Amino acid sequence: MVNQNINMRKLLLSIVVSLFLAQFSNAQTLVGKVTDAASQPIPNVSVVVKGTKIGTATAADGTYKIEAGQGKTLVFSSLGYGTKEVAVKGTTLDIALNKSDTKNLDEVVVVGYGTKIKKDLTGNIAKVKGSDVQGMPVTNLNQALQGRAAGVFVETNNGKLGEGVKVRIRGAGSLSASNDPLYVVDGIPISTDANSGNPIADINFNDVESFDILKDASAAAIYGSRAANGVVLITTKKGKAGKTSFQVNTQFGLNSPTNYRGFLDAKEYVGLLREAAVNSDKLEGVDPADPAQYPGSWLQFAERRLTRYSGWSDWKKLETNTNWEKLAFNDRAATSALDVSASGGTDKTKFYISLSNINQTGILIGNSLKRTSARINLEQSVSEKFKIGFNLSLTQTKTGRVPEDNEFSTPMQIVALSPVTPFKDLKGNVYNSPTTTYTNPYIDYSEGRYNSTSYRNIGNIFGQYNFNSSLFFRSELGIDLQNQNDDQFYGPNTTFGNGTNGYGSSGWFRGLTYNTNNYFSFKKKLNNVHDLDAVLGMSFQDYNISFANVFGEQFPTQQLQKLASSGLIKGGSSSESASTFLSYFSRVNYKFDNKYLLSLSGRIDGSSVFGNDKRYGFFPSVSAGWILSEESFLRNSNTLSFLKLRGSWGLTGNADGFGNFASRGLWGGTAYNGTGGLGSSQLANPDLRWEKSNQVDIGLDFGFLQNRISGEIDYYVRKTNDLIYNVPVPGNTGFSSKTVNVGSMENKGFEFVLNTDNIIQKDFKWSTSLNLATNQNRITKLDGEQKLLPGNDGRYMNSLIVGEAIGVFYGPKFAGADPANGDALYYKQDGSTTNDYNEAGNFIVGNPNPKYIGGITNTFTYKGIELSFLFQGVFGNQIMNGAGGFMSASFDWFDNQTRDQLNRWQKPGDITNVPQLRLGYGNGISASSRYIENGDYVRLKNLTVAYNFKSDVLKRLKLNSAKVYLTGVNLLTFTKYSGWDPEVNTDYRASNRNQGGDFYAAPQVKNISVGLNVGF
Amino acid sequence: MKKIFLILSVVAFLISGCAKKLDINPLQNVDETLVFTSDANIKAALNGAYDGASAGALLGGGFQNFSELLGADGEITWVGTFNQPDEVFRKQILTNNSFVLSTYLQGYDVINICNNIIASINIVNQDDRDAVKGQALFLRALMYFELVKLYAKPYSAGNVTTNLGLQLITNPTKNGVTSNNNVPRSTVKQTYDQIITDLTAAKSIIGGETGVYASEAAVSAVLSRVYLQTADYAKARDEANNVINNSGNNLESDYAFAFNNSFPSTEDLYVLPVTSQDGVNDLHTYWSILQYGARDGDIEINAEHLNLYEDNDARLAFFYTDGNAIDRSGKWRLQYKFLPVIRLAEMYLTRAECNARLSTSVGATPAEDLDVIRTRAGLGSTDATVDNIVYERRLELAHEGQRIHDIKRLKGSSDGFDYDANELVLPIPLREVNASAGVLKQNPGYE
Repeated sequence: MVNQNINMRKLLLSIVVSLFLAQFSNAQTLVGKVTDAASQPIPNVSVVVKGTKIGTATAADGTYKIEAGQGKTLVFSSLGYGTKEVAVKGTTLDIALNKSDTKNLDEVVVVGYGTKIKKDLTGNIAKVKGSDVQGMPVTNLNQALQGRAAGVFVETNNGKLGEGVKVRIRGAGSLSASNDPLYVVDGIPISTDANSGNPIADINFNDVESFDILKDASAAAIYGSRAANGVVLITTKKGKAGKTSFQVNTQFGLNSPTNYRGFLDAKEYVGLLREAAVNSDKLEGVDPADPAQYPGSWLQFAERRLTRYSGWSDWKKLETNTNWEKLAFNDRAATSALDVSASGGTDKTKFYISLSNINQTGILIGNSLKRTSARINLEQSVSEKFKIGFNLSLTQTKTGRVPEDNEFSTPMQIVALSPVTPFKDLKGNVYNSPTTTYTNPYIDYSEGRYNSTSYRNIGNIFGQYNFNSSLFFRSELGIDLQNQNDDQFYGPNTTFGNGTNGYGSSGWFRGLTYNTNNYFSFKKKLNNVHDLDAVLGMSFQDYNISFANVFGEQFPTQQLQKLASSGLIKGGSSSESASTFLSYFSRVNYKFDNKYLLSLSGRIDGSSVFGNDKRYGFFPSVSAGWILSEESFLRNSNTLSFLKLRGSWGLTGNADGFGNFASRGLWGGTAYNGTGGLGSSQLANPDLRWEKSNQVDIGLDFGFLQNRISGEIDYYVRKTNDLIYNVPVPGNTGFSSKTVNVGSMENKGFEFVLNTDNIIQKDFKWSTSLNLATNQNRITKLDGEQKLLPGNDGRYMNSLIVGEAIGVFYGPKFAGADPANGDALYYKQDGSTTNDYNEAGNFIVGNPNPKYIGGITNTFTYKGIELSFLFQGVFGNQIMNGAGGFMSASFDWFDNQTRDQLNRWQKPGDITNVPQLRLGYGNGISASSRYIENGDYVRLKNLTVAYNFKSDVLKRLKLNSAKVYLTGVNLLTFTKYSGWDPEVNTDYRASNRNQGGDFYAAPQVKNISVGLNVGF
Repeated sequence: MKKIFLILSVVAFLISGCAKKLDINPLQNVDETLVFTSDANIKAALNGAYDGASAGALLGGGFQNFSELLGADGEITWVGTFNQPDEVFRKQILTNNSFVLSTYLQGYDVINICNNIIASINIVNQDDRDAVKGQALFLRALMYFELVKLYAKPYSAGNVTTNLGLQLITNPTKNGVTSNNNVPRSTVKQTYDQIITDLTAAKSIIGGETGVYASEAAVSAVLSRVYLQTADYAKARDEANNVINNSGNNLESDYAFAFNNSFPSTEDLYVLPVTSQDGVNDLHTYWSILQYGARDGDIEINAEHLNLYEDNDARLAFFYTDGNAIDRSGKWRLQYKFLPVIRLAEMYLTRAECNARLSTSVGATPAEDLDVIRTRAGLGSTDATVDNIVYERRLELAHEGQRIHDIKRLKGSSDGFDYDANELVLPIPLREVNASAGVLKQNPGYE
């Protein structure tokens, strides 16, 4: 009662005061609350009186208070929501803002050195909001982006945590230089180098407000030399004036492999191995069933091996049947996460701080990732004209790594072991070689470790001086400081530590990138029809990396694992490398009458990596747009709400990824007999210059029915010239290759984005967001002389061929088993078949580059319940199993075989693709189309079901918001690929050319998590 | 406006200060223009050439393993998982075999370093010039010799003026690839002539003592191998005789002492230093077992080989048996041990064989020389016939990389392939054929 009285009195007082004030200033205090479609309060909404500088922001409970007179218009806006303009009537104004999915045309898009309204864009930029990927239980932000942006292809090498992820924006543009996009965090390009692992995993994407992916050249050209592969602009969350709001998110989930491949069981193994041995004997005219011929036979050899592999058990009685594949996986793999953030501030000071922890145990034994990160973003207005601030994050990432896919010690290679081998001996010790076929990776896991710890500090300080409302100067100084330690120990029983009483190593890496941007920005509207904005500035980047490592052997006990205890320091090394970039850039945007858009940009880039005369490159772009829906003939259309035609051309460059000194002829240090020596290391090419990428983009943005249906259609052609490549030179030069600007490549394709609000009712909403992209990659020139650089290395066949896509599989085409005798057959060039691999012809038998990629997100909300799921798909690519010659090898050796080998050729007349089993005869095991399969897949990438507590419950709990949710990644996979997982590119060889390879690569991680998110 | 000027001047300062920052030099490498400019650098390059020659793909085991696997003839079996040596063992070698490629490329890398040294020899201090040049000539010749034995038909196959040898490159690679590099293969005869020319020139100027660097004795020893391949027995004998008389080296008292050393043995004429810090011994890698820090026992010794020895032969006792009752070579048992390239014992056998063939007794009678070897092995005398001497050689030098070359020069066979069969010659690497602008001809049987 008392409170109510006070409130009544306050109200009366304020009415009196307002009325009084209104007499003089026509201003009054207006109060209100901003909510979303589900009636949940939205904090930090900017509320501005149109045409004035009067503004405020909503508090954590969505309320606001502002001085605004009758008849004035208030503009409500918040990132992630649409902008709404409402005329002031009365003294309270509650409004509801709609979530702007990607379709909202008033959305602010981050561009290089500035921002832009999406409606006014002339280039192609895909935006993914941080809130869309919030809390996804993955370690790398690219994995969270997978399937969400048209034309952005994301492929995780394998299911290891914190390792390589391939990102290709509009295809691969380079043979040898980097094909990865440039990542820019709050204006500062960051490093993608590390001693081990993928340093993008150091970034806590829960701090991210938005990802803006610059795809076409006009959008990216302002980043000139670094932009040929697109740019991912990462903007972190900033505070807003208002009451401090807190967000707490906690979640827990379980990880498992997406698939088990399945291998022969003990009975099948023994049966097929003996069959293979007998077949080999018969080829040599030996009948092993004859006791006289048995000694020295293949069968005797095989049976002795079976006895050796069986350990304490008897293979003849099939006493053991070990499923080794299961032992590669951790059956208690889990992910837990806790994020806490606070944001708020006053008119002068705004802040966002966060603390976050994610703790993941991988599906593979020995694999884990634990990331703790903190962030402070602070902005202070020193005066009306001058503001300063800093954005700073500190991350610790601890990764338990497992060896690369081609190492005997990597967990997945455990599948090669024989199912007749017991896991443990009778004393309970895990069996190792020679009882196991090869050294047992389980021992490398249980008696070894590989811990990588990195500390990363990405931050910048800035100052901005506003000369007046149309001109400001901004100066930013950013650093990206990486510090990584790789600490390894392998005990005396492990693969690495065997014979040397253990092996230990310690590697240190330091990366320091500093970058400064200094630019003027000008924005002015003239005569109400001419909108002009311009940027002029320079940037300088210095990038320095250094390594040191030491390794040793002879450890006294398993307990002493640091090199201080090593009895024999075997070696050590240190090295350092650097590169610098100096750039000048400018951009001018012009808009006439809100209909006609023109944008010009140019950048001059100098890079230290090229020869003296070839250092500088000029990278211009031009783009234009026409907003047809603003024309009088369309303005009043009821169905068409927005239509824009746009086109762009631009030139971007690439100077990354082929070493810092590729233009030099170099000799390096060697050692012989304990003394130093000089050896040749690189042929000179003083003419080495920029790779240049020309891109044309034509696009159409549209919206129908008040933009309930909206989307974009783009067609692009991207031609890269002066491709840098290590062209083979005759080995008699003493070198194998020379780095030259040699080739050309082309990418072209369509992109299609469609966002629809299928149902909008008060309680029930359904929206869909679809993206589809095609890309056709084609090498158009190698060096003018060579049309073909074949890549058949015995396991893989990724080749470079003029007229074909980068890394196509080129080599022998398998023709199945000869029905007459079970020989592996190959097609000769003339189409006839041969059993002689050396006589086989070479054909293009596959392409690792997908033809189509896409994603579709459906979001349903019913009252407080949200359901959202993302399907993501990749189509038209092939995968080559480089381990086929071991695991699907017609029992060429003792490796356990995949189950398809049961379909082997057994007797004349059999028609099969599995040649006769022959021990030691290599029947069909060389690289050929035998080991190539289609890699198409569709995957339920992400599913989230959430319940938002009702506002009355929240009030009782004194909370602003509360949500419980269930979320998962990689929940379902639809594919015909018979390997572990079709999303694969084996890590030990992954490169621009070497794509689509599988080699004991771990399947992807499937995760199901539950979480709670509370705001107060 | 003051502020604008201030800012503009700061910007101008940033711009002018940065341009120089694009000049960055590598810290782990030195520009080629600076290498061959001083005595010290050229000597360092010579050390680099030794290092290159001792690589795992070359004298560090690659040459030897190719020879032994080609000459296996049932006496050894490759059981490892690597396809590349397995193809060589099975004599079904693919032209893209990466081991075949590495050996070829690295061999020419050493040759190029030597060519650079020889071309800049006048920069070396007068006093050391001959020794440096002699060593560069030696290494170049040794590389050509090892390569021609593997990548071309043997000298014993005849037609030496038409059978293709190697592309002979004797000028340094400067200014990239030149027409010098796109020369056709010389004949076997021309290749051997080049080798003999280089070694002969080296022999008279090299000086030095035997050990991990080349010396007159090492040059003579290699020359005797070259002459033996060309069946020039008189010259082979004289070179061997020169080594025995003048090297100052002696046989170890015990056969086992010649191997697994951490220093040059007294009978090493040229030996590669292998320590825990540096050097490679790929014979250990593939012939030894996990227990001794090797791979998983990729090459096994068969009874067919062990049966060749007399029961009380010390060299037989030197084999060991692993935990799975598989026989292993004792020569390559331990890790980080020096790797002999050429031993004095071979010179006794070469002198004996040549003297026997020529019915001469230069230095000693064949019987005396044969006894030197047999006595150390704990055996009594036997008839010093050519056959017996050759048989003794096979046992004494077993698994040291001489097998296929002896089979070839003696016109024997291996695993059913005649000494001059296409299958016993490595292919020219596919990559090289592709990179040669059509000049480099593939070996017969691999086209």
